[in-house]
Amino acid sequence: MLELKNISFQVSDDASNQKEIIKDLSLKLNDHTFTAITGPNGGGKSTLAKLIMGIEKPTSGQILFNDTDITHMSITERAKLGISFAFQQPVRFKGIKVKDLIRLSAGEQLSTAGACEYLSKVGLCARDYINRDVDSSLSGGELKRIEIATIIARNTPLSVFDEPEAGIDLWSFNNLIKVFEELHDTSDNSLIIISHQERILNIADEIVVIANGSIQEKGCKEDILPKLLNNTGSCKFYQ
Amino acid sequence: MDEIQKTLLEQVAGLHEIPTGAFNIRANGQSIERNTTANIDIITKEDKQGIDIIIKPGTQKESIHIPVVLSQSGLTEMVYNDFYVGENCDITIIAGCGIHNGGDLASKHDGIHAFYIGKNSHVRYVEKHYGSGDGKGERIMNPQTIVELDEYSHMEMETVQIKGVDSTKRTTQAKLARGAKLVITERLMTHGNQYAESAFHVNLDGEDSSANLISRAVARDNSKQLFLAKINGNNRCAGHSECDAIIMDNAKISAIPEITANHLDAALIHEAAIGKIAGEQIIKLMTLGLTEAEAEAQIVNGFLK
Repeated sequence: MLELKNISFQVSDDASNQKEIIKDLSLKLNDHTFTAITGPNGGGKSTLAKLIMGIEKPTSGQILFNDTDITHMSITERAKLGISFAFQQPVRFKGIKVKDLIRLSAGEQLSTAGACEYLSKVGLCARDYINRDVDSSLSGGELKRIEIATIIARNTPLSVFDEPEAGIDLWSFNNLIKVFEELHDTSDNSLIIISHQERILNIADEIVVIANGSIQEKGCKEDILPKLLNNTGSCKFYQ
Repeated sequence: MDEIQKTLLEQVAGLHEIPTGAFNIRANGQSIERNTTANIDIITKEDKQGIDIIIKPGTQKESIHIPVVLSQSGLTEMVYNDFYVGENCDITIIAGCGIHNGGDLASKHDGIHAFYIGKNSHVRYVEKHYGSGDGKGERIMNPQTIVELDEYSHMEMETVQIKGVDSTKRTTQAKLARGAKLVITERLMTHGNQYAESAFHVNLDGEDSSANLISRAVARDNSKQLFLAKINGNNRCAGHSECDAIIMDNAKISAIPEITANHLDAALIHEAAIGKIAGEQIIKLMTLGLTEAEAEAQIVNGFLK
């Protein structure tokens, strides 16, 4: 499904010093897997997600999606091939309605009822939201749920979620877990979810721990989760 | 009416055929069709170009269409339309001007619309401007609007100029009595080498009067825009002006809001923001499969909707 081969990503700071955010990282994900990526803040998780979507381009290395080399493809081309991306901080638009965004995501003429279905899945009463602008009148949590609804509407072979739980209240969080379980159980699509939440890690097939731009550990949740939970005081991943 | 004029009419007034209710259609400098109703009279001015529109007190839920189309290159006109709205009315006025210039001479329509709105009346005024034609001649429109709102009357004014007008200088002056309310929503897009200027001058004279001026503008290519909003609070009142603009390519936009409080209880606010389209907005739409150009068009259309 997705293969990252020796990916490196460097940025220049103000003093023109090169900083390596991702260091020679290789990762292979199989079809229909739910992969959770976790690790300390600043470890390179979000950058990795952006590299997969094409928002950032690697300094070196190669990215394959269903055996196609997508390393130099644009965001649009990757989106059309079947990759979706849920932003950690969803974007606001003046004048674009929730309905418009869902319709663009579904890529078809969608009835209001159809758009409502996606909103209901993320726990929003569609009637109240469908005609609202995706602007600053919406709270962070509402925007976040709409962002997730756009990914559900896209229904692509691969969806990447960057910290979907951030800014979501507890009630919605329970719902969110259900949404991810359902997405995984009812289709052959693959999910990559960047998360710090134990409950999200707990429903993943596989957990990848990233720190300092490299994979520290990778394996099934039964192996990785206990290590993460037992070592919170002096966790080797979090040092 | 020829096909070009019909197209212009559809663009500025959404009219495919003769409208119902009162109307006056002006084409190439002359009134070509007119209808009056029991409550709305339209009279040709004798001393200058233009019409008086007289709306009887108590007129409810009626509409008036007064579109203007110009398809003769080089035609220049100055038209005065005065609206006298009686007390306790609720009406919609749809104006608009379309210029098709296929020649090399400048075509110009300067319209001066004056509204005298009686007590407790509600007026919705919609004005669309549109230009077409591939001649070298400029398409110029300089609309001037004068509004006098009597006690507790309410006017909503929506103006749209999206395409094809080379040069425009719009001025809107308003005077509000006690409890009167004015809401103006302006949508403006310029492209090519166009120039647009929009100036508002609002006097909040009456106690508890209020005005809200909202401008959304997009300037692309080498076009230039100037937005001036002047609100004077002369009594206990509320005034707000907001200019929100997207700048693209080599365009230039200036926003000059001015608020003056001449009374202790005048509450006045101005906001102005100019910037290019946020990169993250384009990226988000690209992740949904749109190209960069499609994403940009979607954002601009939404912004001006």
